Amino acid sequence: MELGKNLPARLFVYALLGAAAFSVAFPLALMVLNSLRSNFDVLLSPLGWPSEPDWSVFARVWSEAQLGRAMANSLMIAVGTVLIVCTISSMAAWAIARKDVPGWMVISLYFLATTTIPIQMFMFPLYFLLAQLSLINSPIAVIMIYSAIFTPFSLFLLRAYVLDIPMELEEAARIDGASDLRVFTNVIVPLISPGLLTVALIVCLNVWNEFLISITFLQNAESATATARFYQLTGRYGNNLADLMAVATIIALPTVIFFVLVQRRFIEGVSAGAVKG
Amino acid sequence: MTDQSTSASLALPASAGLPGRRVRARRKKPASRKWLFVLPALLVSLCVVLIPVITTTLLAFTDWNGFSMPRWVGLSNFVAIMQEARFWQAFQNNCIYTFLFATVPMIGSLFAAVLLMTVRKGRTFFQVVYFLPVTIATVILAQIWRSMIFSPTSGVVGWLQSVGIPVDNPLVSPDTSLLGVLFVDMWSWWGYLTVIYFAALRQVDRSLIEAALVDGASRWQTFRHILLPTILPTVMFMLLMSIIWSFKVFDWIYVLTAGGPGFSSEVLATLAYKTAFQSFEVGRASAYSLSMSLVGLVAIVIYLRLQARREKA
Repeated sequence: MELGKNLPARLFVYALLGAAAFSVAFPLALMVLNSLRSNFDVLLSPLGWPSEPDWSVFARVWSEAQLGRAMANSLMIAVGTVLIVCTISSMAAWAIARKDVPGWMVISLYFLATTTIPIQMFMFPLYFLLAQLSLINSPIAVIMIYSAIFTPFSLFLLRAYVLDIPMELEEAARIDGASDLRVFTNVIVPLISPGLLTVALIVCLNVWNEFLISITFLQNAESATATARFYQLTGRYGNNLADLMAVATIIALPTVIFFVLVQRRFIEGVSAGAVKG
Repeated sequence: MTDQSTSASLALPASAGLPGRRVRARRKKPASRKWLFVLPALLVSLCVVLIPVITTTLLAFTDWNGFSMPRWVGLSNFVAIMQEARFWQAFQNNCIYTFLFATVPMIGSLFAAVLLMTVRKGRTFFQVVYFLPVTIATVILAQIWRSMIFSPTSGVVGWLQSVGIPVDNPLVSPDTSLLGVLFVDMWSWWGYLTVIYFAALRQVDRSLIEAALVDGASRWQTFRHILLPTILPTVMFMLLMSIIWSFKVFDWIYVLTAGGPGFSSEVLATLAYKTAFQSFEVGRASAYSLSMSLVGLVAIVIYLRLQARREKA
């Protein structure tokens, strides 16, 4: 499929691909560059180059906006969700993949159906119940909600990994007298660990960026995740766009760095499901 | 976009048959306790999703402000929303949004993925750049577009106006607000599709492609008769996911226009949310949610039917 020696055609293709890359990167560049300029300059024109970059802005908004707290909240909720999702979905994936559970087909269909249901279909009762119990702003509640939301997808992803494990391995362990739990922890988990890593990456990223649940269930500055905090701050920094962009840059940076570091694994993980499906 | 990057394989096994007799006989252990392994996942899902979904369904038949006792009102919420202009406006907006979101990026991304196939150097670089928006929170991307690009005072639009180019902020006009939001959503999303299509295209047997080209097939014929049929399952799957996800769109609308001006960019997700948390009419909000869920279910049923037929064939 490659174009080989046809130089004009190759240049044309690269020009198209480059233009597409530019259109993606341009708004992101506006965010970073304008965070380094003064608000006055930003209002004059968003397109200027930061000739005297003001690096202190990051330290200033970091403490002003309590971003350290917000990022720690995001991290804690992400880690909690990843631990729960990986545990419960790998266990369920094994049982469902081996069809050892009565009604496994119904259970699979149930989890499949939950992936299509909008969050508005279950958030109202949860919200008003948690409000009655004074559990709004509770990170534990949010971790449980995220766990339920991300379990079906990781279950189906891990199920594919379980199916690749030959039954003989499990049976050999059983003949040696291993219990279900032992077979699971000593045979299954090590073999599906690449899948678990993919699940962890995707869940982490999605929890960090999640909007609807976090702005609804985490409403004060102390409990807010980074994205919820950013949303709270858009009003306050409404007329200081340079600072707002600095906050945006700080919150976007961890996920972007994380993604660039693990991009190969990430892209493989994300496309594996769709390509196989 | 919560689940935009969570495209796990939803393919269910073709044969749903019972475990064969041989398998059962071979296994010495009598009663399997494997159901215990499904229990935690089921319990979490039951508490967070199933019970609240049933509750929401029941609430749709009540009048409830979230705090007092719900009052049973039968079908009157549904009768009321059917007579609302904003419900139909939101429903129509959802349909337009989903139709364009499912078609335009698909064509653009397929084209981009095929272009990537034709080059040797820079594939990874382009994929990483195209994928970047997916890794950043929608609320941040939406805010960049709102204040740095669309804003007439601080954005690129304002700068273009100042040099005499007649452009306008699409978000403040009822005619263009929905399309403005849709544009930003598609901007953040097409790269993800491109990466997935590219991964699918790379699975295609290279020798097939080369044989076709040697035999004098044009590039278009090669794409149409060799590449496209092979990646069709991926395309169909992503089409289904695009329909399901975009029908649930909330973040982009809520941050960019909050449904305005008027109800010009309102969708069912924002309408339900605002009705529940701003006017505290939870019964009516549940009725909106319910009508929104039915569409997703219909889409998945159609997909499963199609897949079952394909596996039979």
